[in-house]
Amino acid sequence: MENKKIKREGAVIFSEYKRGDSINKLKEISRDDVLFELKESGLKGRGGAGFPTSTKWMLTAAAKSDKKYIICNADEGEPGTFKDRVLLTDYPELVFDGMVVGGFTIGAKEGIVYLRGEYEYMLADLELYLNNMRKDNLLGNNIAGIDGFNFDIRIQLGSGAYVCGEETALIESLEGHRGEARNRPPFPVNTGFMGHPTSVNNVETLSAVTHIVLKGGSWFRQYGTNKSTGSKLFSVSGDCEKPGVYELPWGTTISELLEKVEAKDTKAVQVGGASGICLNKEQFSRTLGYEDIATGGSIIVFNKDRDMIHVLKNFMEFFVEESCGQCTPCRIGNTKLLEGVEMIEKGEFTFRYINELKELGKTMQVASKCGLGQSSPNSFISILNNFSEEIFNQGNGGTNGK
Amino acid sequence: MLVAEKNSLTEEIEKMVEKHGATRAALMPVLQDIQRNHKYVSEFAQQEVARLLNIHPVEVYSVITFYSFLNSEPRGRNIVRLCQTITCDLIGKEIVAKAIERELGVKFGETTKDNRITLEFANCLGMCDQGPAMLVNDKVYTKLTPEKAVEILNKVK
Ligand SMILES: Cc1cc2nc3c(=O)[nH]c(=O)nc-3n(C[C@H](O)[C@H](O)[C@H](O)COP(=O)(O)O)c2cc1C
Ligand code: SF4
Ligand code: FES
Repeated sequence: MENKKIKREGAVIFSEYKRGDSINKLKEISRDDVLFELKESGLKGRGGAGFPTSTKWMLTAAAKSDKKYIICNADEGEPGTFKDRVLLTDYPELVFDGMVVGGFTIGAKEGIVYLRGEYEYMLADLELYLNNMRKDNLLGNNIAGIDGFNFDIRIQLGSGAYVCGEETALIESLEGHRGEARNRPPFPVNTGFMGHPTSVNNVETLSAVTHIVLKGGSWFRQYGTNKSTGSKLFSVSGDCEKPGVYELPWGTTISELLEKVEAKDTKAVQVGGASGICLNKEQFSRTLGYEDIATGGSIIVFNKDRDMIHVLKNFMEFFVEESCGQCTPCRIGNTKLLEGVEMIEKGEFTFRYINELKELGKTMQVASKCGLGQSSPNSFISILNNFSEEIFNQGNGGTNGK
Repeated sequence: MLVAEKNSLTEEIEKMVEKHGATRAALMPVLQDIQRNHKYVSEFAQQEVARLLNIHPVEVYSVITFYSFLNSEPRGRNIVRLCQTITCDLIGKEIVAKAIERELGVKFGETTKDNRITLEFANCLGMCDQGPAMLVNDKVYTKLTPEKAVEILNKVK
C-alpha cells in the first residue's frame, strides 16, 4: 500500500479537524440542535441512495425502544470505490466521532462498524484507535463528561459478499445469516439490528456529520448546489495520470474532473461503479450531483483504446457472481445479460435479441428485490446505447464482426 | 480426523464462542476465526459450531456457502486473492495471473501440491487507484507486476 497520511485538499471532508472536537461540542448542544444543523446542511447519504441523513436520524431518534444501534457501513464493495478506505485509514477521527455524534443523537448505546473482509488488514489499527478513544473518555461511560451519555463501538468483519453493503443484507449478516436483502418496509430505522431501531450510515456520511456538528449546517451548504449540498469524495481510477480520492463540490462536470485527474484521450467514463452508468464524450458536460448524475463517487476512466464490450463483460460477470440469488429477475436476469454480452463478443447475436435483453434489463430495474438487481442492468443498457456505433457498426466489440 | 485433533478443535471453538458469545449473532465472527486459523471450516467444525450456538448444522453450512471468504473445503496454508474487477483488469491483472500460474504450476481455483498456496480471484479490493492488487491472506499488495507478484508469493511460507 502507498504511504499513509498524505495531505489531501478539500473544503469540507478534508478540512481541518481535531479528534474529539465534535464530541466535546455535544456538551453545549442538544440532540435537537444536531438534528437541526443536519437538516440545515441538506446532507444526503453518501452510500449511493442519497436519503437525507437528518430524516433518517430523526426517525431513529423518534422510534421507541430500549435499544438502538448506529451502524457504520464500511462494506465498500462497488467496483472503483475506495474513498471509505482512505477515510478509515487516514481519517478515522472523522468516522468514529461521527458515530459518537450519531449515538448521542438517536439515543444508541452501541455502534457497530461493518468492515468488509477485504479490509481486515485495517482491523488492528482501528481497534487500537478505539482503545485510545476509550482511554480519553471519547467512548465508554459519561463520554466527554456528559452525564449518562454511554456509548461504545465494535467492529465486525464481512466475508467477501458485495450485496452485504445493502443495509438490510448487512443487518442479516451481522445477525449471523446469509446476506440476503429483506423486504422493505419495515425499514431499519424501526426494525433493524435484532429488531431494534437502527441507523445505517455510510463512512463518508458520518465523516460529513462530524464537520457539520462543529461548523454548522449553513457552513456546509455554502458548498455544492441547491439540491446537492456540500462536497463529495470521488474515487477515480482507470486511464488517467492521477488516480486517487478527490474532494470536489457537487456540480462539478465530468470534463472538469477529467482535467483534474489528467485523463487523456478519454472515450468513456463509468460513473457509480458497475451499478452506475457509462457516459460517452458527448455527455462529458453533464454534472455530478442529485440534479443530474447522483453517485456514490466511483469514477472509472476509459481511454480510446478500450474495448467497451470487454468492459461490460467484466461488469456483468461481477453481478452474476455477487447476486444473492434470492429473487428471479436478478438471478436469471444477470445471467441472461452476461450471455448476451458474450454473444456480441463472438459476433453471434441478432439485434432483435439484444433489444429483448434491454427490455429484460428494464424489467429487472423494477422487479428486483434490492438495489443490486435494480441497478445491475444500468451498465448493460448505457454501454450498448452510448457506444452502439463502435460496438455494432464498427464491430469493435471483442471479435465481433472481425 | 483423530480423536485428539477433534478434541483440540472443539476446545478451540469453545474458546471462540466464549469470546464472541453463544448467540446466533456470533456465528460470523466464530466462523471467521475458524477460517483464519484453519483456512476452511470442516464438517466437524460446522457441527461443533451448530451445537455450541444451538442452531442447525445445515444453517451453518448454508451461511458458509454464501460468503466467498468462508470455505467448507480444505484450502492451502495461504490464500491468494487477485482482484479480477475492471480497473485491475485494465491495468494488467491478466499478465500477473499468468505469471503466478506459470511459477506455481497451478491454475486459479487450485492449490499447490505442497499445500502452500490456494489461488483465487476476488472482486474489487478497494485498491483501484493502485492496481493490480491482491490479498495474501489478510495482507494487501498493490501495483503488482508479474515479477513483483511472483517475488511476493515466493516468500510466503
Ligand atoms: C448492492 C448494494 C450494495 C451497497 N453497498 C454499499 C456500501 O458498500 N456502502 C454503503 O455505504 N452503502 C451501500 N449501499 C447502500 C446501503 O443500502 C445504504 O443505503 C447506505 O448504507 C445508507 O447510508 P447513507 O444514507 O449514509 O448513504 C449498497 C446498496 C446496495 C443495493
Ligand atoms: S436483487 Fe439480486 S441481490 Fe437483491 S435480493 Fe434479489 S437476487 Fe438478491
Ligand atoms: S478493481 Fe481491483 S481493487 Fe478495485
